[in-house]
Amino acid sequence: MANKKQHITMKGTRDGLSLVLDDRAQFSDVLAELAEILSQKNFDDNQSLVTVKIDLGYRFLHKDEEEQLREMIRSKEKLVVQSIDTKVMTKEEALRLKEENDIHVLSKTVRSGQVIDVTGDLLVFGDINPGGTIKATGNVFVMGALRGIAHAGTSGNKESIIAASLMNPVQLRIAALYSRSPDYETEGVTMECAFIENEMIMIDRIQRVQKKRPELNGFERSVLNG
Amino acid sequence: MAEAIVITSGKGGVGKTTTTANLGTALALLDKKVCLMDTDIGLRNLDVVMGLENRIIYDIIDVAQGRCKLKQALIKDKRFDYLFLLPAAQTSDKHDLSPEAMIEMIAELKEEFDYILIDCPAGIEQGYKNAVAGADHAIVVTTPEKSSVRDADRIIGLLEKEEIEPPQLVINRIRNHMMKNGDMMSIDEIIQVLSIDLLGIVADDDEVIKASNHGEPIALQSNSKASISYRNIARRILGESVPLQSFEEEQGVLQKVKKFFGMREK
Repeated sequence: MANKKQHITMKGTRDGLSLVLDDRAQFSDVLAELAEILSQKNFDDNQSLVTVKIDLGYRFLHKDEEEQLREMIRSKEKLVVQSIDTKVMTKEEALRLKEENDIHVLSKTVRSGQVIDVTGDLLVFGDINPGGTIKATGNVFVMGALRGIAHAGTSGNKESIIAASLMNPVQLRIAALYSRSPDYETEGVTMECAFIENEMIMIDRIQRVQKKRPELNGFERSVLNG
Repeated sequence: MAEAIVITSGKGGVGKTTTTANLGTALALLDKKVCLMDTDIGLRNLDVVMGLENRIIYDIIDVAQGRCKLKQALIKDKRFDYLFLLPAAQTSDKHDLSPEAMIEMIAELKEEFDYILIDCPAGIEQGYKNAVAGADHAIVVTTPEKSSVRDADRIIGLLEKEEIEPPQLVINRIRNHMMKNGDMMSIDEIIQVLSIDLLGIVADDDEVIKASNHGEPIALQSNSKASISYRNIARRILGESVPLQSFEEEQGVLQKVKKFFGMREK
C-alpha cells in the first residue's frame, strides 16, 4: 500500500535533526508517520536539546497545519523546532513582500493636513509642506523640499533613512525616534539625509549614506530580504 | 458661459468677504452681470460690506427650503443694475444648506449672470463643502502670515479633491515695508510653498476698512491702491493679462530725479 512508503527522510547533522517531508504525500499520512517515528524514539533525561529543521519542499501549510506539526514535535521534550522551510508561499504573502520592497512613487505636493502612508519605500517628486506628513515602513526619499513631517521605518526598521533635496522639516521620525527642527527659523540644507546612529537621528550629507547604510543598494537588499 | 467662483481661505479674517465684495464690484464696473452669494450661514456680513443689509427680506436658506423663489431673495445693488446679492441666513445654521441645494441654485443663477462669486465661510467643514459644491473655479485668499499660508495650503489640498479647476491665489494685506525688512513672508516665498498660480496681490490699506464700514466697496474708488488691485484681479479673471502692481511708496522729488538718471536707492 502507498502509505507504507516512507514519506519522511530523517537526517542527523551536527546542528541537530533535519526532517524532509515528501511534498507529494497526504499531509495526514505524513503526520501519522511522524507520530510513529517520534513514538519509537526515546530520549533520556540527561541528553541536551536537539534542534529540528523541517523541509517541506513544495508543500504549503496553513497556519493551523503548521501549528499541528510544531505541536507534535514539541510533545517530545527534547526536541525544539528551529525552522520550517518551504519553497512555496501564498500570493498574498508574495504581494506583501513585493510591496514592502517596492519603491512607491508619488508625484504631487503634500499639503497641510494630508498624510501619505505607504508600505515599502516612498519616493516623492514634489514638496512636503508644513503640516503635511509622509510615512513609510521603509525609506523616504523626497525630490523636493521637505518642510513637513517625514517618518521612515514606521514598523520599527531602524535602518531606514530619510533623504531630501531640501531638508527643512518640522519633525523627522525614524522607527520610534524623533527629532524636531530648531526653535529658530532656518533656511534648510540641500541634499541631506537622516539616519539613526547611536540611538539618535543624525543628519548628514547624502554622500555619507553609502558608508553608513551600504545595504541600501537594491541588489543586496533583495538578497537580505530573501 | 457663466462661471461660478468660490472665494475661500480656510483661516478666518484674511479678507474673503472683502475680496468677494470688491471683485464683484470690479466685475460689475467692467459691465459684467454678477451675483454675489454669501454662504456664511449664521455669520453673514457680505450684505453689510455691500451696504445692502436693510434690503434683506428672504435669504439663501429660504430659497433652499422652498419658502421663496430664487429671484425673490436676490437683492439688487444700489449702484449697479446688474450686481445682485444672495444673502446668507442669520438665524439658521449651516446644516440647513446642502451641497445639492447649492448646485441647484448656482445652475439657476448661471442662466442669468456671467459671474457668480461665492463667499465661503472660514473652516473646512459643512459650510466649506456647501460653498465649494457648485463652483467651477476657486480663489484662495491668504495674507503674508505663516498661519494664514498654512491654512491656505490645507484648503488647496482639499480643493484638489474636488472636481474643480486648480485654484488661484490672492495675497491680501501686503505691507510693503514689512516684506522689505523680511518681517513678513515675501510673495515669492508664499508662491514657492503653495505652488499655485498668483491671481493678484492687494496692499494693506486703511481705506479698505473705512470703505467697508460705510458699505461702499473700495473698488468703487478710483485712486486707492487696493482699489486698483481689485480691478486688476477682475481684469485677470476676464482673461486679460495685467502686470502685478508695485507697492513702492510715493517718491520724493529727489528720488524721482535719481531714478530718472538711473540711480537706484540702496
